Amino acid sequence: MDLLIILASGVATGTVLLYATVGEAFAERSGIMNLGVEGMMLIGAMSAYKVTAATQNPWLGLLVAMFAAGAISQVHAFIAITLQADQVISGLALNFLATGISLVLGEGLTSLRDVVPQLPNFTVPVLSQIPILGKVFFDNHSIMVYIGFIFVPLAWYYINRTRPGMHLRAVGEYPAAADTLGIRVYVLRYYYVFVGGILAGLAGATISLSISPGWFGALTTAGQGWIAVGLVIFAQWDPFRAAFGAYTFGALRRLVLDIQGPSTLLGLANPFFYNPHYAFFLKMLPFAFTVVVLVIGSREANRKRIGTPAALGLPYIRGQRGL
Amino acid sequence: MTESEMKKPALGWRLPFSIRIEPRIDNPPKWFSPMLSVIAVVFALLIGALVIWLGGGDPWAAYSHIARYSFGSVGVLSDTMVKAIPLMLVGLACSIAFRMKLWNIGAEGQFFLGVFGASLVVLLPVLPEDAPQWLFIITMIISGMLFGALWGFIPGFLKARYNVNEIISTLMMNYIAIEWNNYFIYAVWSEGGFQMSRMFQRNAWLPRLSDLGTTMPFFRGLTTHMGLLFALIAAVVLWWILAKSQWGYEIRLIGDNPRAAEYAGISIKKNIIFVMLLSGALAGLAGMSEITGVVHRLQGAISPGYGFTGIIIAWLAKLNPLAVILASILFGALILAGREVQPSGIPTLIQGVIMVALIASDYFLRNRVTIVRRVEE
Repeated sequence: MDLLIILASGVATGTVLLYATVGEAFAERSGIMNLGVEGMMLIGAMSAYKVTAATQNPWLGLLVAMFAAGAISQVHAFIAITLQADQVISGLALNFLATGISLVLGEGLTSLRDVVPQLPNFTVPVLSQIPILGKVFFDNHSIMVYIGFIFVPLAWYYINRTRPGMHLRAVGEYPAAADTLGIRVYVLRYYYVFVGGILAGLAGATISLSISPGWFGALTTAGQGWIAVGLVIFAQWDPFRAAFGAYTFGALRRLVLDIQGPSTLLGLANPFFYNPHYAFFLKMLPFAFTVVVLVIGSREANRKRIGTPAALGLPYIRGQRGL
Repeated sequence: MTESEMKKPALGWRLPFSIRIEPRIDNPPKWFSPMLSVIAVVFALLIGALVIWLGGGDPWAAYSHIARYSFGSVGVLSDTMVKAIPLMLVGLACSIAFRMKLWNIGAEGQFFLGVFGASLVVLLPVLPEDAPQWLFIITMIISGMLFGALWGFIPGFLKARYNVNEIISTLMMNYIAIEWNNYFIYAVWSEGGFQMSRMFQRNAWLPRLSDLGTTMPFFRGLTTHMGLLFALIAAVVLWWILAKSQWGYEIRLIGDNPRAAEYAGISIKKNIIFVMLLSGALAGLAGMSEITGVVHRLQGAISPGYGFTGIIIAWLAKLNPLAVILASILFGALILAGREVQPSGIPTLIQGVIMVALIASDYFLRNRVTIVRRVEE
């Protein structure tokens, strides 16, 4: 059990959560909560794998995955924005729908392993020589991991420092005011739900084409989409905090696997080595930790009264009083 | 060119009618909402047919198969009811929580804890092996509901105390519950290294209709068990609570307008915890009735996602406990006979489409949509 290996694979598996979390943060910043992340990730993972298997081109698979998940997200956008239905129940519905579609279209993909090309891994030449950090962040990672490094500051800059980013925040905080200034509230909300879908698709494709290649039905994502929805609250809709949370969770997932290896742990007999059944309690950890993180995030949000977009979850109806 | 022709929009061609949408002020007629639900279900089945057809299957054969193997004879109808029992109970669990806009999507985990609680009575054992059947049933009901309620209490408490989003916490509790049960299935109560416990002894089974077969031949071989009685009683009690009792009024008021409820002096936090307890207990009862009425041993893969189907059932029933009974039977049929339909994701897909269609159709409840003939100017 090498700490550097755990951290490095934490960065790799955390990349999946990173894309999904930031994507959901975009949608929620615009005021639309989309609980269908898990389903959209499944769509992404399935279509990436299916297209790559058919064309032998993982980049095409990636592209199709993004588009497919973005397209399915528009079902939620239509119901929540145009039909003004409850966003919670609509997101759940999207989740069922997307899971069903990916199970139907993914039929028979599980037996295809080993013939499907993956996205490339590589080592960054100079940066990987930095002691410790180089090993964790720049050594033999998937290209999606590196894209993630660039993506986080860009997303932060976009949200906080650019004009469209300001419009995005305005639409999520005070849509009526944004509307009077000529910002097209409905269009922007559709657009950012789409962005959230694209990123969830990217997250799914990252799983099936790179991090743990293959298609295993609903087990492909194994609840990571839901963890991402929880992480958004912890991250307070900020890409950097999201990245921190995502990598921590990735490391935790790896730790759960690795801790069963050695026979001694900190000089004591390792209970997980001598009774492998205790591993069931280890597997609970990421989910229990999500709940803990939610408690922390909620308390912080309560104390500071910041972060949550004010219009989150509320349909905007032009001409009606209120937000 | 005359002047009137000049005024026409550049489009050149206009629809002969226009669609006018306005928010409803009055309540729609009573038959309107159920009719919309039926239309939504039919629409979803059509979409499902389209998908089966696109996948190279025969939709008519698939649907007639589902109908024949779920309602075709008394025997299969009885099996459909067996599937409907846990669905009714989790549907009720979701309904009561959703009525308060409390999004308990952890019925699946609460179901598993109910399974655990009931198994505990036999496998720990809490009761001696030869205890009378009625004592077993009562103890298992209490234990199953208690553990389910505990699983509901945790997210309820976190919501009331720390304002933790219950959607995520209940969902996380699902995954934890599955691992919790797995530990006991694999490590503690495993029989001969297999991933299941020993078979429960007969006096820890819920009575089935076929038990009456010796005296009344008509019931021979029918698997419907006593859980149906629990589910029906629960539905009536819940209907009474929601429609007639003061507590039900508080729940409905909080769901419709939490601010008004607060002004009226209703404690929202207390109600969150109580509703989560009741919701968890109902889902736990579903688990109890499934393990003691059908499976008769603790093992994995007991639920094909009953807890999640319960969400859709609650919505299809418009959160009305009595309508949950009917909706559950429909979904029981879909789950029972849908197992053999290929590709295997079809039942999930149809459930998803039903849910999307239902939610979209609510738009017509909130708005009046009229088609008006365009009058030539």
